[in-house]
Amino acid sequence: MGTSWHSGRVPPATRSRTASRKPTGNARSWDEPTLAPVVLVRGPEGLLRERAVDGLVALARERDPNTEKVELDAAAYGAGNLQVAASPSLFGEAKIVVVTAAEAGTDDVYADLLAYVAAPDPETTVVVVHGGGQRGKKMLDAIVASKAPILQCDALTRDADKAEFVSRDLRAAKRRAEPEAVRALIDAVGADLRELAAAVAQLVNDTTGTIGVGVVDRYYAGRVEATGFKVADAAVAGDAGGAVALLRHALATGADPVPLVAALAMRMRTLAKVAAIRGGSVTARELGLQDWQVRNAQRDLARWTPEGLATAITAVAQADAEVKGAGRDPVYAVEKAVLTIAQATARR
Amino acid sequence: MTVWDEVVGQEAAVDVLQRAAGDTRSMTHAWLLTGPPGSGRSVAARAFAAALQCEQGGCGACHQCTTTLAGTHPDLTVVATDQVTIRIEEVRSLIGTAARTPSLGRFRVIVVEDADRMIERTTNVLLKAIEEPPAHTVWVLCAPSVQDVLPTIRSRCRAVPLRVPPPEAVAELVVRRDGADPTVALAAARAAQSHVGLARRLARDPEARGRRSAVLDVARRIRGVGDAVLAAGELVDVAKAEAASSTSERDATERAELMRALGAQDGATLPPRLRSQVRQLEEDQKRRATRRQRDVLDRSMVDLLSLYRDVLVMQLGADVDLINGLDPNDLAVVRSLAADSTPEQTVRRMDAIGVARERLGSNVAPLLAMEALAIALRPQG
Ligand SMILES: [Zn+2]
Repeated sequence: MGTSWHSGRVPPATRSRTASRKPTGNARSWDEPTLAPVVLVRGPEGLLRERAVDGLVALARERDPNTEKVELDAAAYGAGNLQVAASPSLFGEAKIVVVTAAEAGTDDVYADLLAYVAAPDPETTVVVVHGGGQRGKKMLDAIVASKAPILQCDALTRDADKAEFVSRDLRAAKRRAEPEAVRALIDAVGADLRELAAAVAQLVNDTTGTIGVGVVDRYYAGRVEATGFKVADAAVAGDAGGAVALLRHALATGADPVPLVAALAMRMRTLAKVAAIRGGSVTARELGLQDWQVRNAQRDLARWTPEGLATAITAVAQADAEVKGAGRDPVYAVEKAVLTIAQATARR
Repeated sequence: MTVWDEVVGQEAAVDVLQRAAGDTRSMTHAWLLTGPPGSGRSVAARAFAAALQCEQGGCGACHQCTTTLAGTHPDLTVVATDQVTIRIEEVRSLIGTAARTPSLGRFRVIVVEDADRMIERTTNVLLKAIEEPPAHTVWVLCAPSVQDVLPTIRSRCRAVPLRVPPPEAVAELVVRRDGADPTVALAAARAAQSHVGLARRLARDPEARGRRSAVLDVARRIRGVGDAVLAAGELVDVAKAEAASSTSERDATERAELMRALGAQDGATLPPRLRSQVRQLEEDQKRRATRRQRDVLDRSMVDLLSLYRDVLVMQLGADVDLINGLDPNDLAVVRSLAADSTPEQTVRRMDAIGVARERLGSNVAPLLAMEALAIALRPQG
């Protein structure tokens, strides 16, 4: 193996997490990259696989900045591709060949890898990325038997592991968070590791200082639907003052304007549909409306003309466009729509 | 027979591309084919790729030509997306592809359809790749117009504009390829506004013609705000159904393939560690269905726009061919709308269709965008 083996950049002190379930053999955690002629990255967590590969590439480029990265998609692999990719380039640059999606590879890729593992090129690093499952088992067994390093990318199921993952990303960004905030974040978006990583990145970008539980709540606590319907109720009843007050409160506590607009749209839609029932063109059953919905809408419709409905729905569509990027001020866009609805009722 | 046979009505563009393929020593390594949907960007890109590989510059008959046109040539990579954007990972992997020397052909050709469907970060990855292409690599990017790609990309590509082919040329192709009846083919080509793929489908499939006529008829049926909201719901439901019918079979196949690849028995519960991969696939498929639904809706709006263009032409008494003049039912809709409204109202309705298309493009809830549109189409004052 000789001099081409380089150890990961992560200092030993930060590796304590893996102590709880140290993998056997040559397996190690995804965040402890090490270079070797053949490296196996395996496990079901896609984000971790990507990060493991990034770590290996970074390590290779640390050793030789001109290292060329070549990706081979195992699912579209043809016989001999590996030989071509792994052979030294014309200009003698080092190479790192990443075989992606080896869990869904062609028969050729397994045959070629099996042969390659027996006699790998010491100058090149071949990274095999396998997402789990039985496909390519013989090849996997051969890699394991060759004592090649294995970067494990297990799904993070325990909250403690997820918290460690969050802390790791925060450390890399030189930021800190209250433990309470980390817990709240995991509660809100922890089901999906990618979403969790994206949320951490967003908090890092959008805030300064120690990340507190307040900011996490504001970003991720959601629960605006109920507020949205209250705002819509007030607006449809023609109560402009009440509707705007509710709206401002919702926005001030961090509600996202997009679901607020959706709630307005849903309310106006029901009114228009019930207006169509009154016009005799359809029945409530055909529209899938409940009796109470029809009764409520009929009561509301006493304050509405067809022209008013047209104005209101047009305003809501405009607001949706504005909160989705067409306007500079999404908060004002929703407020304008709420006021337009309330005024469209009064005008009869 | 040549590789250019299917590139309809693009004499100027074909001339440029053909000449480039004939003189490979002074090759331009990055091309940008632009033209509105249906102008045949991807067909032209494939033909160009074949001409580049062919020893005779695009004979259309040799192995290089036929495999390139069929998309199976090993040195041809085509990137298209069924989703709203091309993913950055896909573009990253192209960099490695571009570096590989061609195995059979004269060039490694990478065609990026929908080069406009990229976020800026992804475009920057692409930029790096086309900035210094290896001598054996040719990039062919396709987009609706040069404005749809970033200036940094634009400035590194040779742009070749494609035009909307005349309907007669499209009809002629449909007759030649599919043996369609010439009258049906011309009606289809007009209704498709020269979109080749669509014209072929309309000429071949009476149900597709029926669905299109139904969309036009919606415009006539809207009498008030209630009707408008119901009609909008109908249009969205039809789009959903059409999107589902065109993607569901493929979704199931992909899922079965993934399960097989993961070594799971179909129907059995999946171990938790494999579920994330299945979830990933399902998310991709959902995104694809969303895009397909938007595309179908956008197509409906193009059809509606063609209807009001005809209405306006009739109201103004202009002597030009109607887009919807060859189908008696469609013509009846044109006539009744022309009689019931003023040219000013027609223009306002066309504007409303434009607004709705923009909204759909910028992610407004489809149902809401269609409701506002349908309301603007109702008879007023
Ligand atoms: Zn040929």
